[in-house]
Amino acid sequence: MHKIQSALKNYVVELKKFKIRLAIATGLMLAALVILIARFGWLQIHQYAYYRTLAENNRVSVVPIAPNRGLILDRNGVVLAKNLPGYSLEITPSKIKSLKKVFSRLSRVVTVSPSDIRRFNRLRVESRRFESLPIRARLSEEEAARFAANQFAFPGVKIHARLYRYYPFANLYSHVIGYVGRINDANLNALEKAGELDDYRGSEHIGKTGVELSYEKVLHGTPGSDRIETDAGGHAVRDLGRTLPVPGDNVYLTIDSKLQQIANQAFGNYRGALVAIRPQTGAVLAMVSKPGFDPNLFVDGIDTINWQKLSDSPDHPLINRAIHSAYPPGSTFKPFVALAGLTLDPLVANQDVFDPGYYKLPGSSHIYHDWKRGGFGVVSLDRAITVSCDTFFYNLAYSLGIDPLAHYVEQFGFGHKTGIDMPGEGKGLIPTEAWKRKFYHKPWYPGETVISGIGQGYVLVTPLQLASAVATLANNGVIMRPHVVRSVQDPETGLIHLVHPVEEGRVNASQADLDRIRQDMITVTQPGGTAPGVGFNSPYLIAAKTGTAQVIGLKAGPDAGKRRDNAVFIAYAPADNPQIAVAVLVENGGEGGVTAGPIARKVMDYFILGKVPATPAPVLTGPTPGGNKSE
Amino acid sequence: MDGFLLLIITALLIIGLAILYSASDQNMERVMYQVINIIVALIVMWVFSLIPPQQLSRFALPIYILGLILLLAVSIHGEVRLGARRWLNLGITSIQPSELMKIAVPMMLAWYLDKPEAELRLKDFAVASLFLVLPVILILKQPDLGTALIIFASGFFVLFLAGLSWRIMGGFMLAFTAMIPLIWRHMHDYQRQRILTLFHPAQYRLGAGYHIIQSTIAMGSGGFFGQGWLHGTQAKLDFLPERSTDFIFAVFSEEFGFAGILMLVLLFVLLIWRCLVISVNAPTLFTRLLAGSITLTFFTYAFINMAMVSGILPVVGIPLPLISYGGTSIVTLLLGFGILMSINIHRKLVQT
Repeated sequence: MHKIQSALKNYVVELKKFKIRLAIATGLMLAALVILIARFGWLQIHQYAYYRTLAENNRVSVVPIAPNRGLILDRNGVVLAKNLPGYSLEITPSKIKSLKKVFSRLSRVVTVSPSDIRRFNRLRVESRRFESLPIRARLSEEEAARFAANQFAFPGVKIHARLYRYYPFANLYSHVIGYVGRINDANLNALEKAGELDDYRGSEHIGKTGVELSYEKVLHGTPGSDRIETDAGGHAVRDLGRTLPVPGDNVYLTIDSKLQQIANQAFGNYRGALVAIRPQTGAVLAMVSKPGFDPNLFVDGIDTINWQKLSDSPDHPLINRAIHSAYPPGSTFKPFVALAGLTLDPLVANQDVFDPGYYKLPGSSHIYHDWKRGGFGVVSLDRAITVSCDTFFYNLAYSLGIDPLAHYVEQFGFGHKTGIDMPGEGKGLIPTEAWKRKFYHKPWYPGETVISGIGQGYVLVTPLQLASAVATLANNGVIMRPHVVRSVQDPETGLIHLVHPVEEGRVNASQADLDRIRQDMITVTQPGGTAPGVGFNSPYLIAAKTGTAQVIGLKAGPDAGKRRDNAVFIAYAPADNPQIAVAVLVENGGEGGVTAGPIARKVMDYFILGKVPATPAPVLTGPTPGGNKSE
Repeated sequence: MDGFLLLIITALLIIGLAILYSASDQNMERVMYQVINIIVALIVMWVFSLIPPQQLSRFALPIYILGLILLLAVSIHGEVRLGARRWLNLGITSIQPSELMKIAVPMMLAWYLDKPEAELRLKDFAVASLFLVLPVILILKQPDLGTALIIFASGFFVLFLAGLSWRIMGGFMLAFTAMIPLIWRHMHDYQRQRILTLFHPAQYRLGAGYHIIQSTIAMGSGGFFGQGWLHGTQAKLDFLPERSTDFIFAVFSEEFGFAGILMLVLLFVLLIWRCLVISVNAPTLFTRLLAGSITLTFFTYAFINMAMVSGILPVVGIPLPLISYGGTSIVTLLLGFGILMSINIHRKLVQT
């Protein structure tokens, strides 16, 4: 009984205890459930967008598609820069333990030259932000196939199908067009600052110099993208959609490629520059800087040896002499000094001067020689231009004073940039008293004014400035801004957008004075002038001015030839209805009329008459007998 | 047979198959294999539902001892698979004694604590704890943290439901908290990793955190209505590892969304509720304790897995019951449900 009672008691109490415990457990379970559901709600409702994005990012990779770069063509549509398809072999250094081993193994499959390796190493320093870099550009189809068959043996190396920039005319346009090169860290930083980094996703090249640089935005285009669904291994599963890239616009230059060729050939072996401008618009018809270089070398990163060759060469092929280098203009400066005189001090300008063959400053014994021994006797302004009398201009400059003279000639574009749509323009130099004090901490000497009158001393101009100045003369004193690009074309629609010529102003000179100087310049190319050979047998009248500029400051030594004077020549034609204005500078060419003049004539003959030189220009060598001072 | 229980179980099993189909990339073979597992398990369930609980209790001790011996055998010369020594090769087949213990331990404890005496004393609980701790330690050494935890939990539930004193539980909690630094030092590296990963999954994004990051992404991207059956991108594209086993809940969440989860949880709730009812109405302490333990253990499985997949508990290799792919798990579970059904069926016979 006792047992049964206690058993019964156990049962009731036990059950109660159990029920309580179970209830507690149930309560805890419910609490746990609530927490769980709250968590689910958090993930799936509150943070839905966040996780959805992560899920998308997991599975979708966006691969950029680089846009096709716009072509560069001459005014008539001759292609000067184009894109060729090709294969490159790219290495991802971070995935490679021993680059040396990879190079040697690779060279068994594809040609890997020491210069390729040098270039690769150079790229590694310049382009740290790029994951993969090319070891070989432009594989032949055979090489590409061979590598593809051996791809498995080269992890971290892959073939990349790309478009390459190609310059069919190589040296001819090396300075005008410039080149594209691989985007390096400096470029990336600049792009990032400008907020343009996204536009260059997938691109490996960017314009570095010339028109390729100044019109980079136009030529580059906009990248597209491929949305690819990938699995966890990064393998492409399927294409989700593609945004096509927008190709860059084509750029038509103002340059006439045939003219450019003729100008280039006419230089022969001489170094120098030529700029030909259309006076009414400022369009640059030809721009030659010799020597040039092959821009194709730069497209994929020039290797150190070639780079050394170019940058160390005493001929400095990398410099764009046409717009960057500043030279003493010599006697080509005189027409502008003359106009300064006629405008600022007509009394002195119109006064005849006696030229005994030299000039002396009042109160000084220093002699400034005229190029002709014995002088020209009594000369008027007009005769002074025809024969390029130095004494007249020594005197005129001295009367004007350096500052008034400087400020006047600056109107023609000397001493500052012309604003041409190309990078790297030089400013040249037109000295003033203030300038000398600033840079030399010395006062200006009157003798320096004197020689400035004949375009020597501190006076420095670029060939472009000379061309622009003579074009202004041809254009009746109206200054047009020089430009090399004529139009921009949308390759998809074919729509052409013309670049409008910009008028910069008008020089302060009366029409009468301008006409007078222009007439004087015509006499230069006629018998009695300093360049009769240039005007000889010409069906059209040529207005010109010669210059033989002393080259100052070159060291003596084995390069004795380099101390020859620079030949300078400015001209426009036909004089009565100008179509083309030219400035030619031949380094160490000697006399302007002899060396530079014929080059200008050939250029003008082609442009005006369509006349192509029958034989290549004879190589002009040796100094001319007689004076080595300025004409 | 308990109709209601059976119904819910079947519903869950079917859902499990559907999700498995998606998670295994529409691999019918896998699904078929699972179907076979299910059939075997259903047979086991049916068999056990026929065994009266009294018979069962008679076997409690012998089975427990057998299990213990087998565990010892495993620890001495068990097969090493995947870095853990859990299997015993018997020539014809391999068995996993720890699976056996999943039912043997609570049964043993329930049997032991169902004494004729009026009150259970501290001594009784102490002894019971010993019965619990022994196999748990052996299993921990295999190492098999997940199973050890489950068995510990199932044994603990028995003790708890039997009336383990609050003070003792509280005392152990304090002692445990105090020992955390010690435990931490003795943990395996990867176990420590798992806990650290819980708090900063992003730090271990490519390693240990990968599971959790991917499963939370999969779950979160399901949204309210889910991506639709077979349309879970994370799972399909290989981003979710272990997706047909431990992380199958993530696949489910991605495809059926919050709404789907609520449905699933509802089914679980109904199942557990039914089991709770059976437990309350069980005639003897033994049956009550056993039923309660089975019920709470089932909840523990489900909760831990779902918490792990959604990133609020560290990864501990516990599958989602009835849904995850895996034969042994389903057999063990349905065995337990068979026992529950048996308890329910045979209650009327005892009460009179």
